[in-house]
Amino acid sequence: MGEIVVQISNLKKEFDGTVAVAGISFAVERGETVGILGPNGAGKTSTIQMLLGLLSPTSGTVSIFGQDLDSKRVQILKRCNFSSAYINLPYNLKVWENLLIFAELYQVKEPRKKAAELLEMFEIAHLKDKITGQLSSGEATRVNLCKALLNDPELLLLDEPTASLDPDIADKVRKLLRQIQREKRITLINTSHNMKDVQEVCDRILFLYKGKILAEGTPDEILHRFEETSLEEVFIRIARSGDLLSQEAK
Amino acid sequence: MNARIIAALVRRHTILYSRNAPRVVELFFWPTMDLLVWGFVTTYLLKVRTGAPPAITFLLGAMIFWDILYRAQQGVTISYLEEVWSRNLLNIFVAPVKLSEFIAATYVVGMIKVLVIVSVLTGMAFCFYSFNLLSLGLALIPLFANLLLLGWSMGLMTTALLLRWGQAAEALAWAIPFAIQPISAVFYPVSILPPWIQPLALLLPSTHVFEGMRQVLKGEGLSTEHLCWAFGLNIFYALLAAWLFQTMFQEARKKGRLTRMLS
Repeated sequence: MGEIVVQISNLKKEFDGTVAVAGISFAVERGETVGILGPNGAGKTSTIQMLLGLLSPTSGTVSIFGQDLDSKRVQILKRCNFSSAYINLPYNLKVWENLLIFAELYQVKEPRKKAAELLEMFEIAHLKDKITGQLSSGEATRVNLCKALLNDPELLLLDEPTASLDPDIADKVRKLLRQIQREKRITLINTSHNMKDVQEVCDRILFLYKGKILAEGTPDEILHRFEETSLEEVFIRIARSGDLLSQEAK
Repeated sequence: MNARIIAALVRRHTILYSRNAPRVVELFFWPTMDLLVWGFVTTYLLKVRTGAPPAITFLLGAMIFWDILYRAQQGVTISYLEEVWSRNLLNIFVAPVKLSEFIAATYVVGMIKVLVIVSVLTGMAFCFYSFNLLSLGLALIPLFANLLLLGWSMGLMTTALLLRWGQAAEALAWAIPFAIQPISAVFYPVSILPPWIQPLALLLPSTHVFEGMRQVLKGEGLSTEHLCWAFGLNIFYALLAAWLFQTMFQEARKKGRLTRMLS
């Protein structure tokens, strides 16, 4: 077994008696790409938010790089990054200004060099002097990904990374992310509703349903277990008959 | 605290203001209007009451001093709201930024706003009404510092309330300072207030600052007693604001309000 980067133990989150995450445990190894999937209300977002320290667990622990997230939040976040298709960078600033500011926040050693490299890598160097608020959603997503890679994160959390990209750009971004992830051995945790994304990028999948892990394994293992030919079919089956499947799992 | 991080957060706001004309206009519009109205009221009162005490010019000093407090509070609160409006707060809270660094940056933004606006108002008051705020001499420094401290604390308390009630409570950002204005003895001495309100008024650092300012303008010098009370109360309110903000932040993390507000 490789080095454990993320260790979640009995993680539980309740909101006024409603269980969002029901005591899940899992570990993610260095260099692994894990997809967290599930229908709406499955607990994916709450889990990611607890991994980022934005939401405090009702009980259980989150340990990242062998350190407790609650007590070592800043030290841990220096080595992580996050990108979501639904979160913006300040819209009144130029792309270049935003990247430099975030490079400072992450204390990147050569901010200008790093920002320029990433813009080139994502083929958006021509957007450098454009106001962020004037970008198309696809361009904004790529700028967000540049921000997410500024500090060469060891752990990268992505929320719907290709949600607003056209199929061509989505494919390029997927391949690029996979390449960067392999070259730098980044540990990647990815939530997505795009099953193609997940199947292509993830080494392992956690299917959540009503706050519990209903299925876990490589994409092939999951397909084999559910006797389906695509993850999309598995997803639909879980969304429609998750309760029954939960019973069977017991 | 890391100065590089604070500088980056401040830079984000200074770029925003340097590029957004309506925001710059808004920054100067209300203080300028206030100064003009109070300036003309003062001029009128001096004309109709021959032999009116020079104390009447206190109104202009009070107006400028009030703006120190108000703009410091606004600097903190609006910096926070700016991140909410641009949906960027989550990016900051998942970055290795300590809460203290985030708050320090909003304080610096508040101070920059105050320095710019007060410089402009002081110049205008001198040009239009021959009122020289600098005639307060060295007393200006502790009086200014106390109003800045109170403005920061009020800004932090307002931000804590925004964390609790979300954007629905945005109006508080503008309203809260005015809740203390009537009893802060800004434009009149504390003795004018009903006797039962006076002890309450004296629990505010701002009351001691405005009383102190009037004493200095009357040529009586700055009262050490008022100054000590102002500093002492400011320390208390700063600690209270820090505790309130920390409590509301932890509560927001617990209840999931933080992420609902940010995304």
